[in-house]
Amino acid sequence: MHIVVCIKQVPDSAQIRVHPVTNTIMRQGVPAIVNPYDLFSLEEALRLKDVHGGRVTVITMGPPQAEAALRKCIAFGADEAILVTDRAFAGADTLATSYALASAITQIGKDQAVDMVFAGKQTIDGDTAQVGPGIAKRMDLQLLTYVSQVDALDLMTRTVRVQRRAEGGVQVLTTKLPCLVTMLEGSNEMRFASMDNMFRAARYQLKVWDRVAAGIDDVGKIGLKGSPTVVSKVFAPQARTQRAEIIDTESGEPRDIALTLLSKLFTQHPKLGEAISKRAT
Amino acid sequence: MSEEKRVPVKKAGKGKYELSEQLKAYKGVWVFVEHERGEVHPVSWELLGEGRKLADTLGVPLSGVVLGAPGLATRRFCEEAFFHGADNCYLMEDAVLNNYRNQPFTKGLTDLVNAYQPEILLLGATTQGRDLAGSVATTLKTGLTADCTELNIDMENRSLAASRPTFGGSLLCTILTLNYRPQMATVRPRVMALPDRDNRRLGSIVEHPLGLIEADIVTKVLEYIPDNRQDKPQLAFADIIVSGGRGMKNPDNFQLIWDLALMLGAEVGASRPVVQAGWVEADRQVGQSGKTVRPKLYIAAGISGAVQHRVGMEGADVIIAINNDPNAPIFDFATYGIVGNAMTILPALTQAFKQRLAMAKMAG
Repeated sequence: MHIVVCIKQVPDSAQIRVHPVTNTIMRQGVPAIVNPYDLFSLEEALRLKDVHGGRVTVITMGPPQAEAALRKCIAFGADEAILVTDRAFAGADTLATSYALASAITQIGKDQAVDMVFAGKQTIDGDTAQVGPGIAKRMDLQLLTYVSQVDALDLMTRTVRVQRRAEGGVQVLTTKLPCLVTMLEGSNEMRFASMDNMFRAARYQLKVWDRVAAGIDDVGKIGLKGSPTVVSKVFAPQARTQRAEIIDTESGEPRDIALTLLSKLFTQHPKLGEAISKRAT
Repeated sequence: MSEEKRVPVKKAGKGKYELSEQLKAYKGVWVFVEHERGEVHPVSWELLGEGRKLADTLGVPLSGVVLGAPGLATRRFCEEAFFHGADNCYLMEDAVLNNYRNQPFTKGLTDLVNAYQPEILLLGATTQGRDLAGSVATTLKTGLTADCTELNIDMENRSLAASRPTFGGSLLCTILTLNYRPQMATVRPRVMALPDRDNRRLGSIVEHPLGLIEADIVTKVLEYIPDNRQDKPQLAFADIIVSGGRGMKNPDNFQLIWDLALMLGAEVGASRPVVQAGWVEADRQVGQSGKTVRPKLYIAAGISGAVQHRVGMEGADVIIAINNDPNAPIFDFATYGIVGNAMTILPALTQAFKQRLAMAKMAG
C-alpha cells in the first residue's frame, strides 16, 4: 500500500507578535513547526502502514527551509519525503496550492500507485481547510474529511470504513480507494520518534522537486497567477467605540472590586441581572 | 501557501476591474441551506441575514439553496428560508441527497451554479459547509475565502470584500475574488447575528434535477450516531461563559474558572494556548480556530485578547475582562475591566455572585 501525507511547515502562531505601534508582524525568532493538525494525519497513515505494510511518502509545498518539517516526519517513521519548491509557487492561494500538490502527487503515483492521501484538517496559519478537498477534487479521490477514526481497511476489496464528525453526530461511512482523508484533532497521539528513525532523518536525502519535476507545465495555474483570490488589505481590528470601564476601588481589595463590579453590572444591565438571578432558583 | 505571504493588490491608478461579459451575467446572492437529520443549521439563517444586506447593496435577489430528499421537510426548509429573508429558493430533491455526502452535493451545487449563475455564494464554515465549499470552488475554479468575520461589497469593483483574521489571528485581511465568479465565502456559526423571522414572507421555488443514481455514488452512509448533547460542552448557545487564558499560569489555578462557572451555571471556555497545553478539552476553545460564541455575559480571565480570540467572542453582550496587564488589548473592547491578579479576583467574584444569588433567592 502507498500512502501520501501532505504536510505544511507553519510558524508557531502562538508565538507571533504584532508590533503594538506599527502593526507589523514581528517574525524574528518565531520557530517553524509541522502544522499540528497534519500530525494526526501522519500518525494515522503510519498506523495503517504498521498493520497493512507498504510505504508512507510525505510531501510539502513550500520554501527550501520547509525541509526541516519533512525531516521531522521521517523521524516519526515516514519512508520518503518530497519538497516541492519553486519561486513560481509564490503567492499561491488554496486553489493554486491544490493544483500544485495534486500534480506532484500524480507524479509520485507514476512510481507506485497511490492508495490513500492524507492531509491536515486545516493549518494553524491559514485555517482554511480547503487544500485537502481541493486535492481530492482535482485527483478524483473520494473525500473523507473530519475523520475521528479509521475503523477498517480492506486492501482486497479496496474498501475503507471511517467515522466522520458531522455537526450533530458521527457519520459512519464506507468508500473505495483511492481516497483522501483529513483527520480530526485528538483522534490519535503521535508516536515518539525512534532513535533509528532520528538517525535516518538526519542522513536522509530528501527529494527536491521544482515545478517541472512536479509535472506542472502551465504556470498560469500556479502561484499568484493561478490564484483567483487577492488580498486587498491587511489591517488591525477597529477598537470598539469605547474602552472598557475600569473597575477600581480605593482599597484595591479584590472583595471591594468584585462588589463594585456586580453593582454596576446589575444596575446598568438589568436584563442580564435578571437572567443571572433566575439561575438561583 | 497562506494569505499572509501574498502581495496586496496595488490599487493606485487603475483600481477598477472590468469583468468579462460572460462573468457579468452572474447575478444574485446565494446562501447554501445546510441541514442534517431534519434540522437546518442556524448558521444558514445567520447567513441569510447577512446575505440580505449584500443583496440589497447590489440591488439583486437573495436566494436559498436547498438540496435534500424529496418530501415535505425539504420544502419546509425553503419556506423557512423565505421567512429568514430569501426572495426565492433553488431546490434539488433526490433520494440520494438524504444524507450529506460530498459527491452528490458537490455535483448538485455545482450544477445549480452553472445553470443559474450567482455572483456570490455563501456557506457555513461547518464540517459540512467546509467539506462542500472546498470541493465546489475547486470544481468551478473560483475563489473561496474561509471563516470570514465580515462581509461587505466593494462598490468600485462590485465585488465581495471578505475579511478574516490572518497572521495567526493578530490582524485582519480583506480578500477579493476579482476575475472569477461566483465569489465564494464561508462564515462560522454565531459570527453573524440571527435575522428576525417573518412568517408572512413568501417566495418562489425553482426546481432542478440532480441526475445521479445511488449506483453512481461511491461513498455510502452506513450509520449516523447522534451526539449525546449532555456529553459535549455547548458553548455556541450558552448564555454565560467564563473563560481562562494563559494568564491563569497553571492547570490548578484554572479550577478558579470552573468554580465561578459552576456558581453561575455557566459554560467554561478557554483561549488557544490553554487548549494546546491540554488544561481543557478542545471543544472549549473560543476563537478563530475554536468556537464563536454570543453569550449575554462573557468573563475573560488571564486572556490578553488577541484577534484570534477576539473574533470568537466579541459578539457577547457584556464582556468582563480580568488581566494584570493594563495594556492588554482585551481592555480595548471589553465592557468592564479589572486590572489585577485573576487568582485573587476570581474567588472574590465567585463569592460576590454567591451572595447576590442568595439574596435574589430570598427575595423571591
